[in-house]
Parts: sequence; C-alpha cells; structure tokens
Amino acid sequence: MGIKALDYESLNENVKKVQYAVRGELYLRASELQKEGKKIIFTNVGNPHALGQKPLTFPRQVVALCQAPFLLDDPNVGLLFPADAIARAKHYLSLTSGGLGAYSDSRGIPGIRKEVAEFIERRDGYPSDPELIFLTDGASKGVMQTLNCIIRGEGDGILVPVPQYPLYSATISLLGGSLVPYYLEETANWGLDINDLRQSVAQARMKGITVRAMVIINPGNPTGQCLSEANLREILTFCYRENLVLLGDEVYQQNVYQDERPFISSRKVLMDMGPPISKEVQLISFHTVSKGYWGECGQRGGYFEMTNIPPQTVDEIYKIASIALSPNVPAQIFMGLMVNPLKPGDISYEQFVRESQGILQSLRRRARIMTDGFNSCKNVVCNFTEGAMYSFPQIRLPPKAIEAAKKAGKVPDVFYCLKLLEATGISTVPGSGFGQKEGVFHLRTTILPAEEDMPAIMSSFKKFNDEFMEQYEDNWSHSRM
Amino acid sequence: MRRFVIGRVRNLLETSRQNHQFKRPLLSSSQSPYRFLSSTTLADSPSSSSSSPSTMAPPVTVDTINPKVLECEYAVRGEIVTLAQNLQQEIQKKPDAHPFEEILYCNIGNPQSLGQQPITFFREVLALCDHPSILDKSETQGLFSADSIERAWQILDQIPGRATGAYSHSQGIKGLRDAIAAGIEARDGFPADPNDIFLTDGASPAVHMMMQLLIRSEKDGILCPIPQYPLYSASIALHGGTLVPYYLDEATGWGLEVSELKKQLETAKSKGITVRALVVINPGNPTGQVLAEENQRGIVEFCKQEGLVLLADEVYQENVYVPEKKFHSFKKVSRSMGYGEKDISLVSFQSVSKGYYGECGKRGGYMEVTGFGADVREQIYKVASVNLCSNISGQILASLVMSPPKVGDESYESYSAERDGILSSLARRAKTLEDAFNKLEGVTCNKAEGAMYLFPRICLPEKAIKAAEAAKTAPDAFYCRRLLTATGIVFVPGSGFGQVPGTWHFRCTILPQEDKIPAIVTRLTEFHQSFMDEYRD
Repeated sequence: MGIKALDYESLNENVKKVQYAVRGELYLRASELQKEGKKIIFTNVGNPHALGQKPLTFPRQVVALCQAPFLLDDPNVGLLFPADAIARAKHYLSLTSGGLGAYSDSRGIPGIRKEVAEFIERRDGYPSDPELIFLTDGASKGVMQTLNCIIRGEGDGILVPVPQYPLYSATISLLGGSLVPYYLEETANWGLDINDLRQSVAQARMKGITVRAMVIINPGNPTGQCLSEANLREILTFCYRENLVLLGDEVYQQNVYQDERPFISSRKVLMDMGPPISKEVQLISFHTVSKGYWGECGQRGGYFEMTNIPPQTVDEIYKIASIALSPNVPAQIFMGLMVNPLKPGDISYEQFVRESQGILQSLRRRARIMTDGFNSCKNVVCNFTEGAMYSFPQIRLPPKAIEAAKKAGKVPDVFYCLKLLEATGISTVPGSGFGQKEGVFHLRTTILPAEEDMPAIMSSFKKFNDEFMEQYEDNWSHSRM
Repeated sequence: MRRFVIGRVRNLLETSRQNHQFKRPLLSSSQSPYRFLSSTTLADSPSSSSSSPSTMAPPVTVDTINPKVLECEYAVRGEIVTLAQNLQQEIQKKPDAHPFEEILYCNIGNPQSLGQQPITFFREVLALCDHPSILDKSETQGLFSADSIERAWQILDQIPGRATGAYSHSQGIKGLRDAIAAGIEARDGFPADPNDIFLTDGASPAVHMMMQLLIRSEKDGILCPIPQYPLYSASIALHGGTLVPYYLDEATGWGLEVSELKKQLETAKSKGITVRALVVINPGNPTGQVLAEENQRGIVEFCKQEGLVLLADEVYQENVYVPEKKFHSFKKVSRSMGYGEKDISLVSFQSVSKGYYGECGKRGGYMEVTGFGADVREQIYKVASVNLCSNISGQILASLVMSPPKVGDESYESYSAERDGILSSLARRAKTLEDAFNKLEGVTCNKAEGAMYLFPRICLPEKAIKAAEAAKTAPDAFYCRRLLTATGIVFVPGSGFGQVPGTWHFRCTILPQEDKIPAIVTRLTEFHQSFMDEYRD
C-alpha cells in the first residue's frame, strides 16, 4: 500500500505551515523537564489561575448553582451560598431554554447578549445592538471565524502588528491567507507609526495582495502598550481611507497599569468621530472572560461585536456559527456576570471588589517589579508593561552567543530561552514566536507569578542572564585581545 | 436559488480580481481624505450599508467574503427554524395568532431543551469542581452525595493547582484522558492510550480538525453517507474539499453496502478525486441504523485496503433501542480483526451531547486518533494548541460519561434509574412515532434502532410537487413549512441531509417529552390527512 491518507506527506500544507510558539518548543521542553521532576515556572501563557490567582468567588457560586439547579430547591442552600448568588443563578437559568445542558441560540443566549450590549453602552456612551453580538467559545474562536469569512485565498492580506500574539499568524496560515506585517516601534514605547503602516500596505499591494483587514491588539500582546485616543483616531482614519475592516482585539481592556492612557474602545472612538467614518468603517471587537482580573481561561468564554457589517454578511457569519451549534453555556453565564457585575449594596459586593481590586493592584505592582528587574540585568532593556499580562524584554545577545546558537541549530532567542529554562526552570516564549525586527531578540514572560515569588524569580533570572552575558562576552573580549 | 447566487458571486469575484490588476494607484502620503479605489468597486454591489454614494463597497460584504462560507449550508438550524422562531415570537405577543399554542421543536438533537433532566451525579460533580472552596465545608455533606464529593476531589487532584479556571494541556487534562482511556478499554476490551485522545468543545470541532488536516484542495474527497448529518457536508465545503456520496439503502433498513462504497470510490477516482477518508455515523444520523458487526468488518477491510482514514462518528453509542443490535466501536472491531496501529488509521468521535446525558450546552467531546505516525500527531497537537484547550467543565463531563458510577457506589442506584428511565423512554418514543408515521398515507418509516431521530419517507402527490415548484421550494421543504404553519411542529426537510434524487424525507427527533407525543401524533395525523386531501392526485 502506498502513502496512507494520514501520512505526514499528504497533510494539508497550510496545517504544516502553522506555528504557535506559545505552546511550541519551549513549552514542550519545559513539560519534559517537569516530568523529570524539575520545578518549572510556566510563564509562557497568560493563564493566571495556573499561577495561583484565585477565581473570583461570586461567579463560581452562581455557576455552581446553575450546574446543579436541584440545590436551589434545597432549604439548606443558603448555608453555602449567599442570597445574591442564588438570585443571580435563578436569573441566568431563566434566560436559558433548558438549563446549562441545552444548546442555546447559536449566537449565544439572547438575554446575555443583551447584558453585553448594555455593558458596552455603559462603557462607551453609545447604544449597542445585541443582534450584532455573538458569544463564542473563547475570543480565539471568534477571531478564527471572522478571519475565515474575510480570507478567500493567499491574495488576501491581513495587517498584523509585529510583535503579535501568534493566534493571528497561525490562523492566517491555516486559512491560506497572507500576513502583512506592520512594525511597532520599541524605542517609542511600542508605538504605532501611520507612515510605516502605509508603507506596509503599499508593499503588499505591489506584490498583488489585496489588504482586507487590520488587526490591533489594545492593550498589546506581547508588548503591553495602551493606544492613545489620538492613535485610535489615526488608525480608524487609515482604515477608512484604505477600506480595511478593523479587528479590535480588546481582551486585556481590564488590565491597565498606568493612568496616562486608560483603555478606550475602538468603537467609542469610531462613534466619537461621527459620520461618515462612524457609519462606514467596519469594525469587529473582541473580548473574553480569560483575562482582566477574572482570568477564567478554562471556561472558554468570549464575544465579538460587529459594527457597520451589512446584514447579509451577519447572516453568513450566523450560518457558520450555527454549524458549531452553540457556544458553551456555562461560559456564557461567566460572560453575563462579567459584564453585569455586582452593585454597591449587593451582599457579595464588598468581597467582589476586594478580590478584584486585590488582583488588579497586585498586577500593577508586578508589572513594575518585572520591568525594573529586567532593566537591572546586563544587556537587557525592557519597556514598561502599560497593560495586558506580559513583559517583553529585549535581550542584546553578544555575537558569540548568536554563533553558539547557530552551531546548536537554534534560533538565537530560542537558544537563550532554552538555557534559561534549564538553568532556572523559568519557561518563557522566545520573541521569534511573536515576530521582531531582524537581528533584535526578545522573550515574552508573564507578570503572573505570585507577588511573593517575584523577587526570587527576578533574581534567579538576573543571575542566569548576567552569567550568560559574562560567558559570551568574555569570549568575545578575549578574542579581541 | 442559492446555486444561482453562488454562481453570480463567483463571477463577481473573478471580475473584481481582474479589475484590481489594472487600477491600483500607489498610496499618496498626503493627508487628504481621498479614498483609495479598492478592488471591490462594483456598480451593483447590493450589500453596502452606507447611504453615501461611495465609490467603493465596504471590505466585508457578501460579495467579498470567503466563497466557501457562502457555499456551505446547515439545515438543522436553517430556514424552517428561523420561520419557527418568528412564529414563536408572534404567539408570545398574541397567543391566538396561530392555530396552535406552542412551537414543538423536533428539528434538533437537543434533549434538555425539551425537558430531559440531566444526570444528577454528573451535575453534582461539576458544581463541586466549579466551586471547590465548598468542598471543605461541613454543610456540603448535607447537600451533595458522598461519592460525588469524592469524585470531585479525585478530579481536582488531577488538575494542577486544582485550578479549573486555567488553560489545560491542549489535548485536555491528563488525568481525565486517563479516565477516558480506561473507559474505552472497559467498553471495548482493547487498550486505549490517553495520548491518542484530544478533548474538544463538542465532537464537531474535532471533525473540523480532521477535515482541515485531510483536505488540501477540491481534489481531495471524503466519502460521506447519504443521508448524512450536515456537519460533514458543511465542514467539507468550508475546507474546500469534495464530498463523495455513498448511498445508504432505505429498503434494507438504511443498510451500508461495501459494494456501494467501492462503486463510489471508483467513480470519484475516475473524476480525478483523491479519496482520503470514509465517514461512518454509527448509530446513524438521521437514519438511526445500528451497524451489524459483520458489516463493520467489511468497512474496516475496505478502509485498510484502500488506505482511507476511517472517521467513525460514534456520538450515539449509548442510544441503542433494539435488543437484536449492539454498539461495537470501530476500534474494537478493527482490533478484534487483528488490525493494529500499522494497519488502519482510525478516528473515533464521542460527545457528551447525546446518549442518556444529553449535555449539549456543555460542549464536551473527544476524538481518539489511532494508526498514524508521531509526526502527524504533532501536527494535530499543534492545531489544537492554537485554540489552547477546550473548556474544562466539558472535559470533566467527558470523563464522567466514560467512567460513570459503578455498582456499589452510593449514587449508582439513582444514577442507573435516571439513565434507564431516559433510555427506555427514548425507545418508547421512537416506537410510538415510528408507528404513527407508518400509518400516514404515502409515508414509510424505517425503525430507529438507535440515535435520536426518525427519517420517514413521504411520497408526495404530483399536485403537491407542482405546488412546491410554483412556490420555488423543494417539495419536502414545502411539506415541512405547511406542517409548521398548521401545527407548530418543526421537522427538518430531508434535502438538508441528502437523499436519493426524486425521493423526499424529513427528519423528526424523538425528543419531545412523552406527554407531548400524543398531541404531536394527533396534530401531525390531522394535518397530513388534510394535506393529502388537498393534493391527492
């Protein structure tokens, strides 16, 4: 028998082209070492609960009650659950058509989509239509669905920031489209330059690529920068002129660690700009329960909101959603709870605020600790983490280190990160997984390890780094002599 | 109608692509609000929502989206369901708007939306895993069974940090995969490897993953049963492949003949199609047949000889209603034929949505992939990792489904009573509805040996077919629409699943609660009588 259908040679080439470093080589090596008994600190993925962050109490109480509605009939339920959790569980159950075990509307439970629309209106000051909000199994699924609609073939290009969260590059590969990079400027705090953007688009068009959409990640991943209102206006004007749909990845909107640039949604700015732009620019905004101070990654809850997308297109997107039947219902309830939080006076309000603020303030402190820690290391320069959950220090690798990497058959930042892992157990993601300028190296780590562990982690890193630099710079300086 | 639209869209795309080659001025760096002429300048572009006389259509319109999206269809939640929802809203506003008080959704395998209760033990465990901090409290003992508390502890101990809110391993939590593998082994008598298991948000994403891996272009074909569950046709269309149909034989209880498989394979080959895989749905959807073991052996042999991947959709494995048939997994059949990893590539799909648990809204499921090399497994892992992982609650549920309470466990008796109650009720409803359909003039209905559906055939009189044509609807859709507006009952037209050309069917679930079934039968019978009176030749 010749080549079988599931032989490597006969797999879809697009699948083979995909790369997703967040769970790539470094992660796999770290998992191996963990199995061998080594203590690993996983900082490769924005996964707060895996690093000790506790879930918020109230949502877990509500969802537990929804899972087991017979509890609500038990006279003793009040011994374990506060009255407002009980009331909220009843509320969400009433919105379902058969509880957590029934497929919902393929776009998500209408009552919860209404809560999302109300949240968006409170946040931005402009009304939002629940019919244009689709709940998904995590924001990633929403991104994949959207790109699947846009990309017809390799002639279609999507503008993606570099560095970027590799969901975008991986999905574009899988769908057979073209990634059109635009570079964020590290020396300008990972700022976005419109002229650079125009150049990227022009170059793509010269290659015959139709640029269809632009991705912005705000706050940024891995870079953390928060876009200013002026920046957002520039971007929206650009999309208007170049006829691009804007894909606004806003999953880190709760994670902002400085006060100069609070989060402003792309939609708010779009609406502020008024017609014609506010009526013409097509925008899809993404949000999730995985980040913020919720960190409920394992639930797989997200949504996307469509603005200025024609009804027929919305119908097609609905059709595709219906093939997957429905997003998971427990996560929809988490989403409802996130957008429709407790109010002052609610029994559980104070605990909720205490827990949330505790997490946010700690994240803010850890962002600072990590940035400062990296900046104290030899040959390491690190922009401040203004938002999101990551630190993306630049590692200035000496030429000898780069050579050693080549000899080992590894990309230089992979080489560095592997050595870091073996020496300290710190599992990071090499910058090459996110994209970077040629010859400039980074790694991405998260600011998520527990605050009390941070000093030890940073000094462990510093020790490794400074010794590494000694080793590879020494050789260099010796050769100079 | 849709064919026509697709053709027209394709032409438009072709034209626009050609136009784009010529008019592409370089970007000016000035700040003028001049708008760049895009490739989608089409005078009759119908879908721009802008009221301004813009020279270009917005980037994402029906004319410019991925044509594969336009092409794929999914009737289970298609037109007839949209109409039903509209009618439902009308009744809510004005209760006497229609000759019926409620819509009876018999279109979708969604048991708990029609009153089926979840399995208590499963929900106890899930609630405890969602809120583990109550496990330490003494009051919990009073509200939860002891073995559910124990199982929750067991599961939480397998999750690093007991963090059910964390992304897990991209294949799913190892300890849960161990439990599932053990469950597969207990079911089949042959070992299962936890590393072969990929937990997914329902079985459907796993099917998509396999289609993505297998389909390189429209030259790649996937053999699918006709009638089929339209996830397969939709997924193949989305991934740009070709569906190669093989017909199940209605006259022999929807029998699957290997000779038919061979014939269709040859036909496809002669058209230059490389057939990559064979989809078998067992128990069948919409047809409900349970394959005989001998039949399964023939299918395995066929796949082995032709080098096809066997995609075994086994989500209804717990839904078997006839004593003369039993579910045998294709893995068990292959292994008992002496075929191992080197002989056959086999993917088995399972879900928490069906069976007696019916937990559709949880989105839990897995695929077990055997008979392929490590390099392919890496690729599957890689694709799974882009989405990070499936939802944890669904993963836990999948492990519970594959390792439910055993004899001797505290919850065993109530669990088995619930399970048997649901399964025997399903069997009764299947029989009642089957009999009712067979009594209707011009309708024949094969027995539902398993799954959750009946797929009766209706011989429509010429007059009815002409009326359907005049209404620009397929005859089975015409019938279903009339049934809906007269009775509130929602069936899915057979054309949504595929059928031998010139024959008409519809799919009806056996899921409405038992006390609703008599009303359904009465209304259906009355409607059918008057429909035939109207259109009888």
